[in-house]
Amino acid sequence: MRTTEALVDARSAMEICNACRYCEGYCAVFPAMELRRTFSNGDLSYLANLCHNCRGCYYSCQYAPPHEFQINLPKTFAELRAETYEEYAWPRPLARLFHRNGLVVSLITAIGIALIMIGTMLLQSNDVLFARHQGEGAFYAVIPHNVMVALGGATFGYAIIALIMGFLNFWRDAGGKMAELKPQSLRQAFADALTLRYLGGSKGEGCAYPDEAFSNARRVYHHFMFYGFMLAFAATAVATIYDYVFGWVAPYGYFSLPVILGTLGGIGLLIGPAGLLWLKAKSDKTPAPASLMGMDVAFLVLLFMTSLTGLVLLAFRETAAMGILLAIHLGFVLSLFVVLPYSKFVHGLYRTGALLRHAMERKH
Amino acid sequence: MVDLAKTYDVLVVGGGNAALCAAITAREKGASVLILEHAPKPFRGGNSRHTRNLRCMHTEPTEVLTEAYLEEEYWDDLMRVTNGVTDERLARMAIRGSNGVGRWMEARGVRFQPSLGGTLNLSRTNAFFLGGGKALVNAYYATAERLGVEVLYETEVLDLEIDKGVFQWATVSCQGGEPVKVRAKTVVAASGGFQANLEWLKEYWGEAADNFIIRGTPYNKGRMLRNLLDKGATPVGDPRQCHAVAIDARAPQFDGGIVTRLDCVPFSIVVDKNAQRFYDEGEDFWPKRYAIWGRLVAQQPDQIAYAIIDSKAVTLFMPSVFPAVQADSIGELAAKLGLDTQALENTVAQYNAAVRPGNFDNSILDNCATEGLTPPKTHWARRIDEAPYYAYPLRPGITFTYLGVKVDEQARVVMEGGKPAKNIFATGEIMAGNVLGKGYLAGLGMTIGTVFGRIAGEEAAKNANH
Ligand SMILES: Cc1cc2nc3c(=O)[nH]c(=O)nc-3n(C[C@H](O)[C@H](O)[C@H](O)COP(=O)(O)OP(=O)(O)OC[C@H]3O[C@@H](n4cnc5c(N)ncnc54)[C@H](O)[C@@H]3O)c2cc1C
Ligand code: SF4
Ligand code: SF4
Repeated sequence: MRTTEALVDARSAMEICNACRYCEGYCAVFPAMELRRTFSNGDLSYLANLCHNCRGCYYSCQYAPPHEFQINLPKTFAELRAETYEEYAWPRPLARLFHRNGLVVSLITAIGIALIMIGTMLLQSNDVLFARHQGEGAFYAVIPHNVMVALGGATFGYAIIALIMGFLNFWRDAGGKMAELKPQSLRQAFADALTLRYLGGSKGEGCAYPDEAFSNARRVYHHFMFYGFMLAFAATAVATIYDYVFGWVAPYGYFSLPVILGTLGGIGLLIGPAGLLWLKAKSDKTPAPASLMGMDVAFLVLLFMTSLTGLVLLAFRETAAMGILLAIHLGFVLSLFVVLPYSKFVHGLYRTGALLRHAMERKH
Repeated sequence: MVDLAKTYDVLVVGGGNAALCAAITAREKGASVLILEHAPKPFRGGNSRHTRNLRCMHTEPTEVLTEAYLEEEYWDDLMRVTNGVTDERLARMAIRGSNGVGRWMEARGVRFQPSLGGTLNLSRTNAFFLGGGKALVNAYYATAERLGVEVLYETEVLDLEIDKGVFQWATVSCQGGEPVKVRAKTVVAASGGFQANLEWLKEYWGEAADNFIIRGTPYNKGRMLRNLLDKGATPVGDPRQCHAVAIDARAPQFDGGIVTRLDCVPFSIVVDKNAQRFYDEGEDFWPKRYAIWGRLVAQQPDQIAYAIIDSKAVTLFMPSVFPAVQADSIGELAAKLGLDTQALENTVAQYNAAVRPGNFDNSILDNCATEGLTPPKTHWARRIDEAPYYAYPLRPGITFTYLGVKVDEQARVVMEGGKPAKNIFATGEIMAGNVLGKGYLAGLGMTIGTVFGRIAGEEAAKNANH
């Protein structure tokens, strides 16, 4: 991690917190901090990603502004975290996409949708596009199977590679050593990440979000979003197996496994992001950097819209609107894949990495 | 809405732990309650916002306290630190009242943490607040407001009108405005000590007080305390005494809180502005000695001192808020500190020459000592000879003052002639001298404020309803 203003701020805040330690019961940041006396740039990157922005320490800090020490950890760490996303982005030149990320994500999505729409219109005559298609292979009458597979495979494959490279950049910088990795640390980290343990507070009372009172709302909505995402992902995986292993061609019936998984996932992806956006709208803005609002909002909206267009497609897939709806949904899905490595999505990876690093260093 | 024209049942002066415990209790007993807090909202909560734990008697392990801490042991600890300067009946009330008080606090939003680390191992005797004292104060304010307690910030109580031992009204100033009268049937004084009043400190310390740093709130100026004493309340506690520790001289004048403390003294040599040592730095374990170092530094010229260590000692104590002054030689260090180079080099050389070989062990009173040096360093003495060298400047940091008002078992202020006032109560630091007449017992301040806050709130509500 390079030295930036946010990093220098985080370092001086950590030096004050390390002399205080009143917040050590809130989250993993403080026990990790207490293992150190000095903080390298990599340490600070690790700690920033270990902060899950619960704000507990902000409201209880006797040194929060207007006190001259100006301690506001959630804000300081959020700024630094955003810089770490940029720092570790792969390939390097694309790190710039994290600047004004809200705008970038929106633009990429708009372009993605436009390209698919224009492509579809160029490829297909209006008769085909606006006709009713039913039964096996109906989707592929509008967008050919091989085109869909090629686009989906390429964008998703790219996203996976870019995400892995970013993760490795973070992992090395944060001081993680693969050789020291033990199964119990992995288990701990995944359990912490999958249950959002820390968003539950110290005893399940939740976080000081959206305001000072403790609440589990964020944890609940995040669960809807995350498991919604996983169900949608599972739906795609099952459909792929149907197609390639069994030769069953989409669209599948309303009560088929892929459609049930996809519908449940889609509902989660509506409730989760919508809830998180609602909480964000009414949240106390002082412990959050205004400049990062765009990144968070853009990604949540993108998830929501991807899901919404998918569900609308499902509802109207037997009408003449299917062709256009399919093109729009595919536009959202492909854009989502493309922006994944350059969006708020990366926080999940780096945070899990930080939890893993924490589980490892706690062992000795 | 606060209505200054109305007569409240209970008027609470102050907005820290003691005030909040009294206000919540009185409100729960059905009284109408108004809190007047001098500080603006972001700085509400007095010294309580800087605290970390309270000392609790308990007969068996709890979620946050290990083993047991029984009344007699608690009492013995109190006797040891006060040398008996305590009112046994009140002290035992505080001790017994702390038994199980955690549940009362939790029911009103306070949360505790299992003790994880730190240098002081207090998890048997002290319950730690999750997030510290400001989190506690926030929780109490939220509870108080939910119950319908009214609060005015930036409101200083200037004077209490007391007629023949009976409180009539208070004169207050909101946001520095014109004084107005607030009427209430009873008043609870919970306005802390007077340590933030430098003029008052000067009465005992002279100009030296200009160099004192106040560890907590700038709003505890003792105005209520003086007012009550002037109107016939019986004083307790030595007016000249204050709890003073050596803290980092670069700390802000007020509100620096816990992070400015320095734990490096036992591993250092401490010199005055003439680069001369003045006390045995290794006399005893730091938790037993830190409270005398404030006074020691206050007695040095210009109330300044410097703790000097070498790189062997850097990691032996809790980190503190400001980085140490660092240099590659003692001479360079002296220059950076503005000390006489020759003098500091001589002091270090004499000390190094007097250090006898021993087995250094900071977990015991080890056998590393000086020989033939005045003053000696009797433990943890090692040569200061491994660059880089480090120094921390020290000043006296005042935690609280001991002077207070005498109270009875119902937290009523005892007036001239030994008669308790009918409707004037006191809790917290302003009456802590009844129990802690001398010395210091970690976590007792919050215990006193909580236990007597509840008593004062209950008695005041009862009194107002009659
Ligand atoms: C850095 C530090 C750490 C400490 N740590 C601990 C600890 O861990 N455990 C412990 O038990 N004790 C600790 N103490 C001591 C503890 O702070 C006090 O014993 C306790 O807070 C006293 O509570 P109180 O409510 O009486 O006073 P305070 O909390 O100081 O409240 C006094 C209130 O009165 C208000 N006030 C004063 N004058 C007026 C006026 N004229 N009109 C209106 N309002 C007025 C002030 O603004 C303030 O809100 C610590 C002290 C310091 C400085
Ligand atoms: S956030 Fe504030 S109260 Fe919490 S540990 Fe840091 S300095 Fe202390
Ligand atoms: S905001 Fe929450 S997660 Fe972040 S450092 Fe503070 S307490 Fe920990």
